[in-house]
Amino acid sequence: MKSEPQVINNEHDKLPAALAPELDIVLRVNGHDRTITVRPWVTLLDALRGRLDLTGTKKGCDHGQCGACTVLVNGKRINSCLTLAVMQTGNDITTIEGIAQDGMHPMQQAFIDHDAFQCGYCTPGQICSAIGMLNEGHAHTRGDVQELMSGNLCRCGAYTNIVDAIMEVKEAQGNE
Amino acid sequence: MNNFTYIAADTPKQAANIISQNPDAAFIAGGTNLIDLMKENIAKPNQLIDLNKIPGLDEITELPDAGLRLGALARNADTAYHPLVQERYPLLADAILAGASAQLRNMATNGGNLLQRTRCYYFYDIATPCNKREPGSGCAAYDGYNRMNAILGSSEHCVAVFPSDMCVALAALNATVNVSGATGERQIPFNEFHRLPGDTPQLDNNLQHGEIITSIDLPPGGLNKNYSYLKLRDRTSYAFALVSIATAFELKDGLIVDARIALGGVAHKPWRVTEAEEFLKNKQPAKESFTQAATLILKGAVGLKHNAFKIELAKRAIVRNCLTALNPDK
Ligand SMILES: Cc1cc2nc3c(=O)[nH]c(=O)nc-3n(C[C@H](O)[C@H](O)[C@H](O)COP(=O)(O)OP(=O)(O)OC[C@H]3O[C@@H](n4cnc5c(N)ncnc54)[C@H](O)[C@@H]3O)c2cc1C
Ligand code: FES
Ligand code: FES
Repeated sequence: MKSEPQVINNEHDKLPAALAPELDIVLRVNGHDRTITVRPWVTLLDALRGRLDLTGTKKGCDHGQCGACTVLVNGKRINSCLTLAVMQTGNDITTIEGIAQDGMHPMQQAFIDHDAFQCGYCTPGQICSAIGMLNEGHAHTRGDVQELMSGNLCRCGAYTNIVDAIMEVKEAQGNE
Repeated sequence: MNNFTYIAADTPKQAANIISQNPDAAFIAGGTNLIDLMKENIAKPNQLIDLNKIPGLDEITELPDAGLRLGALARNADTAYHPLVQERYPLLADAILAGASAQLRNMATNGGNLLQRTRCYYFYDIATPCNKREPGSGCAAYDGYNRMNAILGSSEHCVAVFPSDMCVALAALNATVNVSGATGERQIPFNEFHRLPGDTPQLDNNLQHGEIITSIDLPPGGLNKNYSYLKLRDRTSYAFALVSIATAFELKDGLIVDARIALGGVAHKPWRVTEAEEFLKNKQPAKESFTQAATLILKGAVGLKHNAFKIELAKRAIVRNCLTALNPDK
């Protein structure tokens, strides 16, 4: 029989008795200023999904280990599960909902053309991460793409097609 | 996460003043380690002091002696790809890029990297004893699943390893950590920054509560010709090291005039053995000498039930990485 785990480390007596006050903050998401009221511990990921109804960004592990929550902040990809909403004021946040300009973003189209997903759960994170990677400009070879996309896990194992899709967009950009 | 208040600091001094008045406050930089630990109920600060809005702390600047100053708030990615780091300290760039993922490196800061906590499974599992998390409770890793744990410098109280890649290169490069506190500033040589567990494994390093890391200095002479960072792990990317090695040589007239070998993933701090480095000096670079140096570095290594393989793995990796450092471009 499995015994109940013993919790050794649960004294919260040093914590303030009253809940920390709510803070009114402005987040600039997909080009719009959005005012929300949050407690300090709300992550950017939970603010996007729970407060702003932008549920395209996914929660996989909530610990920086899977990349499903990847969004772009000032053009750079980050894990939105490991930052607090209150820390992101003044930054330009782009989620999967904000990447399409006139019609689909080329990366979205390439993912469709290459069948670069099965269940699709990792896909928003993969696409934001791939766009961020091409912005960063350090991926030169297929091997670089594999290495620099390692922060995005795909449990369906669509990796080969994901790299194909990214390579197509990368090569098209290079030929412009 | 627990209940905490949040404040963004404007200057290092203000940050140090706020934290020195509250023993349960913590700084937050990239957040990639601290928020994870708070979600796991391991770190429970009652106040977070955000360092990200302090101007100037994220800069990378040349020092008058041709060394380089890495701001504590500069991101790991911006540091690794910085032209001066790439040119003068490629060993550091390679070590940073071997760690974590691109997303995490975009958030993680240099100061935070030095202060990241161990990845020991039992430190992370609050249902088990761990002297580092809960002093006096015991060490579950000692007789537990200790594949990722230490083979050098551990104690009966703690067999955790320090997981950073960046810090292995910083140790090899003789970096210095610049620290500022409410009572003034001080410099800590890199090899004295982190500490061995002994009977106080709850202390990872010699930074005091109330002190803030402002920058890390690299001395001139980045050993940028003969160097190599090798990281061995259970998958090729996005995994912590079983063993990692930063190696750099300065060669003159066919002889080794300076040798640096630092190991990661094997101890509670980046592991360097002066005796082995001295042994290599004024010798021709040859496999036989590298093998002898590897034996000196692993002297006193103790294997636990699941990690004894790391002793032989580390020895072979040292030799291989010394050979790679002779021809880094191949
Ligand atoms: C899934 C995953 C995989 C990873 N893989 C690797 C890997 O392979 N190799 C590797 O090396 N690392 C790896 N990391 C760890 C990562 O490098 C660290 O989390 C990161 O470097 C911490 O920096 P940060 O700025 O985010 O720190 P934070 O989380 O903000 O802070 C960490 C600690 O440092 C303190 N602190 C931060 N800045 C300062 C300052 N200037 N002065 C004083 N105190 C300060 C904070 O109070 C806190 O205690 C991984 C992390 C994750 C989540
Ligand atoms: S949900 Fe953020 S990395 Fe997995
Ligand atoms: S498509 Fe299912 S996880 Fe990637």
